[in-house]
Amino acid sequence: MLRFVIRRILLMVPVLFGLSVLLFLWVRALPGDPARALLGEKATPESIASVNAQYGFDKPLLQQYLIYTSRLLRGDFGNSPRTGEPVLGTFIQRFPATVELGVAALIFAVVVGIPLGYLAAKRAGGWLDSFAVGTSLAGVVIPVFVLAYLLKVVFAVGLHGPLHVLAFLPSSGRQSARIDATHITNFYVLDGLLTREWDASWDAVVHLILPAIALGSIPLAIIVRMTRASVIDVLNEDYVRTANSKGLAPGLITRRHVLRNALLPVVTVIGLQTGALLAGAVLTESVFAINGIGSYLFTAISNLDFAVLQGFILFIALIYAVVNLLVDLSYGVIDPRLRTR
Amino acid sequence: MSDQTIAAGERAVTRSRTRPEANRDENLLEVEDLSVSFVRRGAQPVRAVDGVSFVVRPGQIVGIVGESGSGKSVTSLAVMGLLPQRGVVASGQIRYRGQDLLTLGAKKLSDLRGREIAMVFQDPMSSLNPVIPIGTQVTEVLLRHFDVSRGEARAEAEHLLRRVGIPDPGRRLKEYPHQLSGGMRQRALIAIALACKPALLICDEPTTALDVTIQAQVLELLKELVNDLDTAMVMITHDLGVVAGLCDFVNVMYAGRVVESAPRHELFAHPRHRYTEGLLASMPRLDHPRTEPLRPIRGTPRDIVSWTKACAFAPRCDHADEACMSPDLELVLDGPGEHRMRCVHPAPLASDVADDD
Amino acid sequence: MTILDAEQGPIDEGLFDPPAGDERGTSLWQGAFRRLRRNPSAIVGAVIVVAFVLVAIFAPVLAPYEPAGTQWISQVTPSSVPGPSPGHLLGLDSFGSDMLTQLIYGARQSLIIGVVSTTIGLLGGAVLGLIAGGLGGWWDTGVMRIVDILLSIPSLLLAVSIAAVMGRNPFAIMIAIGAAQVPIFARLLRGSMLGQRRQDYVLAATSLGLRQRRIVMSHVLPNSLGPVIVQATLVLATAIIEVAALSYLGLGSADPAIAEWGRMLVKAQDRLQSDPRLAILPGICIAITALGFTLFGEALREALDPKSRR
Repeated sequence: MLRFVIRRILLMVPVLFGLSVLLFLWVRALPGDPARALLGEKATPESIASVNAQYGFDKPLLQQYLIYTSRLLRGDFGNSPRTGEPVLGTFIQRFPATVELGVAALIFAVVVGIPLGYLAAKRAGGWLDSFAVGTSLAGVVIPVFVLAYLLKVVFAVGLHGPLHVLAFLPSSGRQSARIDATHITNFYVLDGLLTREWDASWDAVVHLILPAIALGSIPLAIIVRMTRASVIDVLNEDYVRTANSKGLAPGLITRRHVLRNALLPVVTVIGLQTGALLAGAVLTESVFAINGIGSYLFTAISNLDFAVLQGFILFIALIYAVVNLLVDLSYGVIDPRLRTR
Repeated sequence: MSDQTIAAGERAVTRSRTRPEANRDENLLEVEDLSVSFVRRGAQPVRAVDGVSFVVRPGQIVGIVGESGSGKSVTSLAVMGLLPQRGVVASGQIRYRGQDLLTLGAKKLSDLRGREIAMVFQDPMSSLNPVIPIGTQVTEVLLRHFDVSRGEARAEAEHLLRRVGIPDPGRRLKEYPHQLSGGMRQRALIAIALACKPALLICDEPTTALDVTIQAQVLELLKELVNDLDTAMVMITHDLGVVAGLCDFVNVMYAGRVVESAPRHELFAHPRHRYTEGLLASMPRLDHPRTEPLRPIRGTPRDIVSWTKACAFAPRCDHADEACMSPDLELVLDGPGEHRMRCVHPAPLASDVADDD
Repeated sequence: MTILDAEQGPIDEGLFDPPAGDERGTSLWQGAFRRLRRNPSAIVGAVIVVAFVLVAIFAPVLAPYEPAGTQWISQVTPSSVPGPSPGHLLGLDSFGSDMLTQLIYGARQSLIIGVVSTTIGLLGGAVLGLIAGGLGGWWDTGVMRIVDILLSIPSLLLAVSIAAVMGRNPFAIMIAIGAAQVPIFARLLRGSMLGQRRQDYVLAATSLGLRQRRIVMSHVLPNSLGPVIVQATLVLATAIIEVAALSYLGLGSADPAIAEWGRMLVKAQDRLQSDPRLAILPGICIAITALGFTLFGEALREALDPKSRR
């Protein structure tokens, strides 16, 4: 098991190395002088000179790359020329909000998607199946930010006319301004639990509902489809027939024999959704004004802040790699066939 | 192995059976005019089983022989109530101790399954759940049907595994199916099926997926166990060799219908239906001269006529003529020991095909 | 089929039922087409796709006005935009143009972006996939490592980074969206080529002494195309949605004279509460078009899947 983990971590190294090369070349490929590109419109002769000194843009390409990677390895992702703050520091400060949103979105997608996919498979061809297929299609074809806006207008801002009664949820932010909460970890729900400020925790949860549904629509679509397809496959397996031939209770057959096998591919798919979830967070956070890394990146894209973009993409690739490592490890726990090999 | 088997057997028998003791003259299972059709939208329904009737007496071993597609496996699934819930129409009666299983409620049927009627499936590779330890797969059937603690179930499971000849059963209980060989997995499936000492065991080609050397061992084990437990057995097979060493009574199926049924000795000595005759002639035999060629049956099971038009075997039969074209031929009584057959031109009784008894 | 010899009796042929589900003599694609015709969601998808393409091609004929005409801007106030009227069946948009005209020309724009970007993704992926799957060895390893790296970046962000380099012009958006699909196509094509290479018929061709390149070109490639065509159909849907997302991120085409659903949607944000029609209409167009391509692509995947062939 330990050897497997080490091997997997070592396999991540060339991917991250290759990515750093690509990102390095990417900034060089930007139109015009790289220092000017990094600085954007606010470039002055002095700031260009200072960036050139910082990154060594006047030196040969290989040397530039070495400077770049050695800075990365020291945890220096550069500073945002727009705000002057270190990119990594801002990420770490804003990361909890995004994780909270992403986890809430996944919980929504799993809690709704797995039962829906299972029931659709059990009654394949029935109305519930059509509903599940429809839901997963809607999740694919409706852009995230459109769904986010629709939810926000209907359930938070309120439409004009009688439908206004539906608007009962907060429209933006992570917590109401009236709540004076203590923040330790910057995970607001967790902070409220740690300090026993229940109302603060609850308020944070209420703020998460709409963003989580909007962002969760991406993994929901895939979880419903995968669960449905996988359950249909497993229901036709010989071992489910064996379980039936034992006269076992239907609930036990579902839990122990059907779901345990059917959810294996679903877990993998959830891991692969990490990237899409983080990309979706860019859109969702900006709609609901959540101060996570998504809205930070949204501002960076609008301002063509390449230092932030560069750091962010590397950061996302790292998270993606780590999450999929965890998924592979959990796979080993669920599936005994992988444990002994 | 046999010492252990007997020891464990005695221990197992001490547990009192809760079901009523059967009258030995009463039929345990009566299948009467069973038909099963598969219905697909936009396609002609396919009648896989077509008016099949047979009986099983307590402790009796009954064989159902046929090629793939003859309806033998569908028959066994119908008895277990394991046919797909949709797209299937079943008619007729399957009476177990007088109760019709086809009309029995789902709850009552699941009370019988595993407890009274159990089944061993064809492919031991795919019939065990790959992500659950063997132990759980044995104990769950005990916990379902008996009022025992987990510890008792575990101890019983260990005895069961030992009894079916799995070495080091304590360790095996914690292992997963992929850690066992094919033969061991089939033994584990047999242990699961016999865990509750059912009155009827259905085996659907239990040895087909195994190595030839293992096949004989597993058959021998099954024979020994059903004998010890006084369990009746229905053996579904395409292999007359399996039937020869095992069954008391044999039903031969072709294209969804029983074409011949007889006690084993009677069938092997005097096969009447031309299909049975062909099956026997295509078997290699030690007591025949080596120069004599095997005579395979012509064609494939796909070359089938509807029984409603003619004898379904006619296209492959050397003796077919116009008389074989009469629709819905009867299964007629013909010979001693309830020997029945469905043939216009049966093999003559003075047949020299088999005289070994 | 004729089992009985003539001398053995006059059982006529009509007695023998034709074997059910016989597919001998039909090719993969013929069979797939037959299965598609029987699948209602394939028909719905195909109808949407055909309607969308026809609207895009005949936009000048179908649209009641010239596109991007802002001649009714005087009727638009900060608090309201005129709704449907006999002259403007779907009302005006916030720039004072006829909504219906803009939507019809938007189909044209979506079709161009979708087809061009999918073609770019397909060609790029095909080149990489052919190198990896066709040549194997070190080529395979090297190309696939690069693909792995690109796959760890979400496609939207990949498109964003490419669009950022290229600047804001319509063609940049197409290249960005297309290039972001290259790694997916490359992996797909390589995977299905490797699967085909292991098939017996390739072994047979090799043993007959056919040259490697000829085997790849005339046997392996044609058989690997199914999944690629399915993916291309689905990418058309993705492209139409991603254009909208890029517009939202401020990377959409800068030319306001071009009617484009994504930008119409984004521009309607401010008036969402007072006039949701402005956002809902282009939103519905995006969703329905994407739905059409998705339904058709999924049905095609199912029809080509050997597992579902019965």
